[in-house]
Amino acid sequence: MAVLDIKGISKHFGAGVLAVDNLELTVGDGELVCLLGPSGSGKSTLLRMVGGFETPSGGSITIDGEEVIHLPPERRPTGMVFQSHALWTHMNVYKNIAFGLKLRRRPADEIKRRVDAVMELVGLAGYGERQTHQLSGGQQQRVALARSLVLEPKILLLDEPFASLDQHLRERLREEVRDIQQRLGITTLFVTHGQDEALSMADRIVVLRDGKVEQVAAPDVLYREPATPFVAGFIGTMNLIEGTVSNGTFSRAGFSSPLPVGDGPVTFAVRPEALVIAPAAGAGAAKIHRVTDYGTHAIVDLELPDGLRLKSMVPEARHWTTGQAVDLAPRAFSAYRDNALIYRSNAAR
Amino acid sequence: MAETFAPPRRIDWVGISFAVVLTLVIIFPLIVVGTWAFTNVWRYPAIIPQEFGLRFWSQTLARPDVWSAITTSISLACVVTLLSAIICLPAAFAFARLEFPGRSLLFFSFLAGQAFPKFGLLVAIAGIFLGLNLIGTFWGVVLIQLVGTLLFMIWIPVAAFQGVDRRMEEAARDVGASPLRVFWSITLPQAGPTIAAAVLLTFVNTFYETEGAWLIGAPGIRTMPVLMISFINNQPVIQYGAVLSVILWIPSFFALLFARRVISGGSFARGFGA
Ligand SMILES: Nc1ncnc2c1ncn2[C@@H]1O[C@H](COP(=O)(O)OP(=O)(O)OP(=O)(O)O)[C@@H](O)[C@H]1O
Ligand SMILES: [Mg+2]
Repeated sequence: MAVLDIKGISKHFGAGVLAVDNLELTVGDGELVCLLGPSGSGKSTLLRMVGGFETPSGGSITIDGEEVIHLPPERRPTGMVFQSHALWTHMNVYKNIAFGLKLRRRPADEIKRRVDAVMELVGLAGYGERQTHQLSGGQQQRVALARSLVLEPKILLLDEPFASLDQHLRERLREEVRDIQQRLGITTLFVTHGQDEALSMADRIVVLRDGKVEQVAAPDVLYREPATPFVAGFIGTMNLIEGTVSNGTFSRAGFSSPLPVGDGPVTFAVRPEALVIAPAAGAGAAKIHRVTDYGTHAIVDLELPDGLRLKSMVPEARHWTTGQAVDLAPRAFSAYRDNALIYRSNAAR
Repeated sequence: MAETFAPPRRIDWVGISFAVVLTLVIIFPLIVVGTWAFTNVWRYPAIIPQEFGLRFWSQTLARPDVWSAITTSISLACVVTLLSAIICLPAAFAFARLEFPGRSLLFFSFLAGQAFPKFGLLVAIAGIFLGLNLIGTFWGVVLIQLVGTLLFMIWIPVAAFQGVDRRMEEAARDVGASPLRVFWSITLPQAGPTIAAAVLLTFVNTFYETEGAWLIGAPGIRTMPVLMISFINNQPVIQYGAVLSVILWIPSFFALLFARRVISGGSFARGFGA
């Protein structure tokens, strides 16, 4: 059982940069939590503070209730996998994995048994004598993972471990790592800036922005109920329409929709699959700018009279042509004001 | 028939002239000196020596001053290289990795000695050494040669340490290595081949160094190169100088062999491995 508890943690770099800003996060036993956010949002900095490679400017980090903030990396029960895998090129695969156990002065037969077991686990059986440069990128990343796992850390930390791999390999390793993580029940904090990766792997996702938590939620909740326009725009594709509400109706250029909130400016959010289009009799609300056929579905790019672009997902491309006038009907939508959710239509729940 | 249409083969004049010039400048003198060393009689105008033999080898090697010069040179080069490594390698690590006040100033002061005409500097140091009674002593020469090694032994290892991937070191900390252990098991093996090259250069350079050895060492300390110069100046017989010169090639030869080992295969790095 290992629980990671981060309380009020901050990190300043010099005077100007506040990389992590008074952040709270709890990762439960055996849980995999993804840190997701744009470049520079403080994901790596947070992870490195947990691993002991950056000293926080303030706050506390406990693992199973024990404060670790004053411990150097070598005395923390954490294992880190780096994006650049950082294998020791002067040692072969076996020695890379065995190094940590040797430092702990385990008996030779135990080292051999544990290294062999973990190599089997990550699919590297028989690769022990290889030099690190004789491995593919995916295999190198497996060695890096094995190097951490063999020490049975309480918390596993991964900083964009698949970022340098090609799409196909990334998807495969993603599944494997998730399998291993669940089999071992190891508490894991995973940094990524790919939303696919976060949505497919995580128990919960933490969306970071400028060093602050924007939202913490399970992947499906995050997709269906983004708490802020930033999350709405960051996860999946979302049409964000700035407009105004008066007398219970939202409007922007040719587009309007009933919206039972008080008068004033509002950000109207609707996913492409929830924005239904129909051929218009007259001028319509929007014009079709482009139709892109993806086979399973098609994406219709729309243009409002004031130039704002929207996307709608339709089952088939062939009913639609560029320049055609259409009417818009949002089936499910939500609305934000002052960076907070103020309305969600029934269907969006 | 295809050959008829092939363009006439171009003669690579540039390559040929390079080869010729290199041969004249490097190989030819070596051959001449090497030949002289194994010659008993070679009188003008013969193109090859009248009599080959080892007469001058036995005469040269029979001289006590030659043997004492050989021991002096070897022990000087060893002591200077060792001291230089002990002083410079930690300093290089500090320059590469630590921030401290006056860092850049100190760094460039190490190199300043090489930026100015060396002989003037040597004369000034000789003046100081005279006052300290270091002239003509072994340790006086060690000191002066030590100054000459700073450039290679600081600059190259600094680059080597800076070239080591910090993530590798962090990964070692992560699996439980103390900072000292990281240095020993990760940083040093990673920087090892480059540092070995610097040590090698230092050894060979020190072995061949003459200005300092002569200015500070005379008359008490005579290294091989200094002895060779005096042979050439004082002896009408060329063979003495030639034999000494061939003996002087030996360290270069071993250095080259060693360098080949270090460069090919990276076996040196693995030797350090945990
Ligand atoms: N050593 C450092 N010195 C100064 N500023 C730093 C340092 N490390 C990170 N920063 C700054 O802190 C902020 C957060 O950086 P961090 O590396 O945590 O971002 P990230 O979310 O991991 O981004 P990416 O997705 O690009 O890896 C950035 O503005 C970055 O410039
Ligand atoms: Mg990062």
